[in-house]
Amino acid sequence: MSVALTCKNIEVDFDGFKAVAGVDLELARGEVHFLIGPNGAGKTTLVDAITGLAKYSGSVVKDGEELRGKKVHHIARKGIGRTFQTATVFENLTVAQNLDIAAGAGRSPWTLLRRRRHLPQIVVDTMERIGLKDQAETPAGVLAHGQKQWLEIGMLLVGDADVLLLDEPIAGMGHDERETTGLLLHDIAADRAVAVVEHDMDFMRAFASRVTVLHAGAVLASGSVDDVSGDARVQEVYLGTATKEAADAATA
Amino acid sequence: MFKFFGTRAGTWTGFAAAALVLFGLAPLVMTGFRLGLLAQFLCYAIVAVGIGLAWGRGGMLTLGQGVFFGMGAYLMAMHLKMADAEFRNGPGAVPDFMELAGIRELPAYWTPFSSAGFTIAAILILPTAFAVLLGLAVFKRRVKGAYFAILSQALAGAFAILLIGQQSLGGFNGLSRFRYFFGYNLDDPVNQQMLYFIVAGVLLVVVAVSLQLRRSRYGELLVAVRDAEERVRFLGYDAANVKVVAYAVAALFASIAGAVFVPIVGIISPASIGIVPSIMFILGVAIGGRASLVGPVVGALAVAWAQTALSEQFPSAWTYAQGLLFILVIALLPGGIASIASVAKRFQTKRTPVEAAA
Repeated sequence: MSVALTCKNIEVDFDGFKAVAGVDLELARGEVHFLIGPNGAGKTTLVDAITGLAKYSGSVVKDGEELRGKKVHHIARKGIGRTFQTATVFENLTVAQNLDIAAGAGRSPWTLLRRRRHLPQIVVDTMERIGLKDQAETPAGVLAHGQKQWLEIGMLLVGDADVLLLDEPIAGMGHDERETTGLLLHDIAADRAVAVVEHDMDFMRAFASRVTVLHAGAVLASGSVDDVSGDARVQEVYLGTATKEAADAATA
Repeated sequence: MFKFFGTRAGTWTGFAAAALVLFGLAPLVMTGFRLGLLAQFLCYAIVAVGIGLAWGRGGMLTLGQGVFFGMGAYLMAMHLKMADAEFRNGPGAVPDFMELAGIRELPAYWTPFSSAGFTIAAILILPTAFAVLLGLAVFKRRVKGAYFAILSQALAGAFAILLIGQQSLGGFNGLSRFRYFFGYNLDDPVNQQMLYFIVAGVLLVVVAVSLQLRRSRYGELLVAVRDAEERVRFLGYDAANVKVVAYAVAALFASIAGAVFVPIVGIISPASIGIVPSIMFILGVAIGGRASLVGPVVGALAVAWAQTALSEQFPSAWTYAQGLLFILVIALLPGGIASIASVAKRFQTKRTPVEAAA
């Protein structure tokens, strides 16, 4: 399991408010790495920083290359892909067109100005992988909520991202869809680093290889699910009141 | 029927039918005067095709296409004035309007326009290059939506004001009274018809280019940028470059339209390139259907025709009719005339599959 992305001392400052205050994070290939924490902990801001959307101090290194200060589309081309809290796909284009565009960053102008004759093989394979083979010609806007999120993940796969930062990929999904998504995440993490920002504790327990807990912009704890669940500080700030109430009840 | 026009055979049929109407039917049934009017409307239609690409497909509300239309028109007009002056008084002669304005010496920037080749190159390159530079400056800074629209409109206003102040470009009156078009007498009805054929041919070419762009991978990418620019950027594309291309192509189309407009109409002045004409361009595209290929052409022709017909009958009422039309289309038919078929279908089936699934 090689380290794909190393973040050191990331700080994001919004006019004096430190949304992220000195976070160290390592994402390794082969792992589904969950980033959890209460609202406002800085999870999404951290993803924004890594992908070039938010300005930060510190350093993000991928394959020996510093990414800080690079433009969003340059960082994307380095193989860092992200999804958004609300699945963002091209609603007026078909599933196949969505994936074809995602596979095409770096196409020559000559290729772009011609009509697409065949779908690239990776697009065909990916449609199978994300379970949208039968919807190839369906406009993405018509897809079910969960299918849009799979499509967005698929768009990162065809773009050959090897660090995937997924922001709440199972938001609004039913039980079966969550299960499928979890298995998909482990499938794609085989040779990639996958980071998942999530609120859902059951999903996290079922599918996390590693967990980092953020609180008020800083890393509170990091390790396996068991390590983190056992951490007293994590229980206090996050899993929080329930245990405290239980303790209060016990002493009463 | 609409499926058919999506196929290769359907495309050729559509172009053949359009060519038949433009080259066969129209000259047969229309008087020279009406044909001249149609030629003028076709110029607007060429601008509209470009706006359809930039706005309909690319989401850039270009409220200032008059700038590029005007550039093409003035560049052509300068050449025609130079050629006329040379024809009368020999090389280096001062165009007639300058004599009236008391300008005895030909301004240096006019000199190269005595060359037809230079003029045509300038018409094709200058406005396009300007659009590329402007587009890079604007889109790289992620200026979009209403801000871009206001900016482009202000530009059209500023350009018109700038021209009014230029005595060596005819000032408020602009440039007019052209006698020859590359050696052909513009008073001759045969040559007027030739101009009509040229503009009709240009329109078909422009529509064909637009069609190719829409069907290419670039066309899909452009729609993607329109609908979710951030997503495109996070896939590794520089979304600004994608927009610049469509914007520059629209500028090129407008410039060509302006260049052929001049010999057809016989005058170009700041009044035909400022804010109001720029909005007229947009109006036609909105009414015809901005996202469709032929919608902008139909809309531009319809608006121009309605303006001429109505203002002949009720000179003062046209402005109100125009405003009403715009409101009605935006309120009831946001997709324009081109969307009537699909709207009608939706009424029949009550709920389209799209709505049912959403």
